[in-house]
Amino acid sequence: MIVNRRKLLGMSAAGAGGLLLGGCDALNGSPGFREALTGAESLTMRTQRLLMGDALAREFAEAEMSQHFRINGNSMVADSDYRRDARTLFANWSLQVDGLVARSLSLPLDALRSMPQRTQITRHDCVEGWSAIGKWQGPQLGAVLALAGLLPSARYVVFHCADRFGDTPYYESIDLIDAFHAQTILAWWMNGAPLTEGHGAPLRLRVERQLGYKQAKFIMRIELRETLAGLYDGKGGYWEDHSGYQWYAGI
Amino acid sequence: MTEAPANPVSPPPPKGGDLVRRHSLVTRLWHWFNAVVVIVMLMSGLMIFNAHPRLYWGQYGANSDPSWLDLGQLAAVPFPGWITIPSQYSLADARLWHLGFAWLLAVSLLAYLGWAGLSGRLWRSLIPRPAELRPAHLWHDISQHARLRFPGGAAALSYNVLQKLAYAGVLLVLLPGIVLTGLGMSPAMDAAWPWLLDLLGGRQSARSLHFVCAAGLVLFFLVHIAMVVLAGPFNELRSMLSGWYRLPPERENAP
Repeated sequence: MIVNRRKLLGMSAAGAGGLLLGGCDALNGSPGFREALTGAESLTMRTQRLLMGDALAREFAEAEMSQHFRINGNSMVADSDYRRDARTLFANWSLQVDGLVARSLSLPLDALRSMPQRTQITRHDCVEGWSAIGKWQGPQLGAVLALAGLLPSARYVVFHCADRFGDTPYYESIDLIDAFHAQTILAWWMNGAPLTEGHGAPLRLRVERQLGYKQAKFIMRIELRETLAGLYDGKGGYWEDHSGYQWYAGI
Repeated sequence: MTEAPANPVSPPPPKGGDLVRRHSLVTRLWHWFNAVVVIVMLMSGLMIFNAHPRLYWGQYGANSDPSWLDLGQLAAVPFPGWITIPSQYSLADARLWHLGFAWLLAVSLLAYLGWAGLSGRLWRSLIPRPAELRPAHLWHDISQHARLRFPGGAAALSYNVLQKLAYAGVLLVLLPGIVLTGLGMSPAMDAAWPWLLDLLGGRQSARSLHFVCAAGLVLFFLVHIAMVVLAGPFNELRSMLSGWYRLPPERENAP
């Protein structure tokens, strides 16, 4: 009797193991299950926003900076307009700000450099797990948006970038809470020099309380939108569309 | 009228062979819920680790920085598909599982610790008494365990000191530790709770300690399963499913 029970237990354990492995992949493909897990993402966002309010990400001392800041994502841009502007160190380039704004803007790099600057030594956290600490400088995004004047319907800030994965342009988006956070800047200066191409010249976003894929490089145009639907696959960013990464990347 | 006796006769203490109530309903429910959640967290966590299989100490750490563990040297993808969720490489899907089930882990742990603490069970059955921590007592229990001599009779009604240390270590160190180190990796939580970074020694230390806690839970799991099998899997499983446990026969403590 005991032997039979033991056999039964052994078989149940083996069966449960098999079900677990096969079942997880089946659940992974189930739309309802994925929807439930995605619900946790918005719970995470609301909880974290409640807990952090306007709190700043930690800023570090120069001695705490990474010796080498890893270049990730695209390190070069093939686009011909970008290549032309890169040859003149972006002297003839300007940032477009449009969409749901009172005044569309075309801001040359010099204009961005002459705005009040914020300098911050912060940690960059890749979704894969590594971190690097670097020093960034640029105008606050909020100040640039104030110049353009937001229409009441504007809810999202979209960053259109010059780099592509295959045929698909890189883009990212944040909402107005992160857009007007004190540490959210349009960085053109990094570790004591203008941004290199690998780090996103001429301009990259720093949104310090989110992960690396939100820190869009090679920003050409900023678009204010009411919704992310209708833009590419509608999930608000290249990696969100392509691989299903979370739009809110606070964790 | 006769008065009720001042000292009612208490039932005789249970002895070896008796069927007794061992685990409360709350403990049984949490045990199995937590077991499923921890397994999902472990398997999805190994997939996340596959994305960057190197560990560092301190605030930062990337490929050119010195690592204390580099499983990428063993294989490009160190943890194989049969032990990860999902089985095909997908950091995004693993994060979807991990960050969803993390809520279940943290909330159920908080609720169970609250219940165990307020009901007194935590102190009564899991925190070792000072006498139990004396080296002679510890050594005695270790040598008994090593000879696979487990307590019997009424002595099996409460946990011995090694069980207490193992269960309290999981409940009060490894599980809270894995939640806190998980939160310490979040850039938003680091802004909200800057003390997390100070407590853990930086984000990359938090990631390393997260992995160490996970390894500790795996070690506990292996020993736990082995002990269940050695102590009698049917009786042990019954006690964690139905609550009923048959006390093992008394053991003579002769040398």
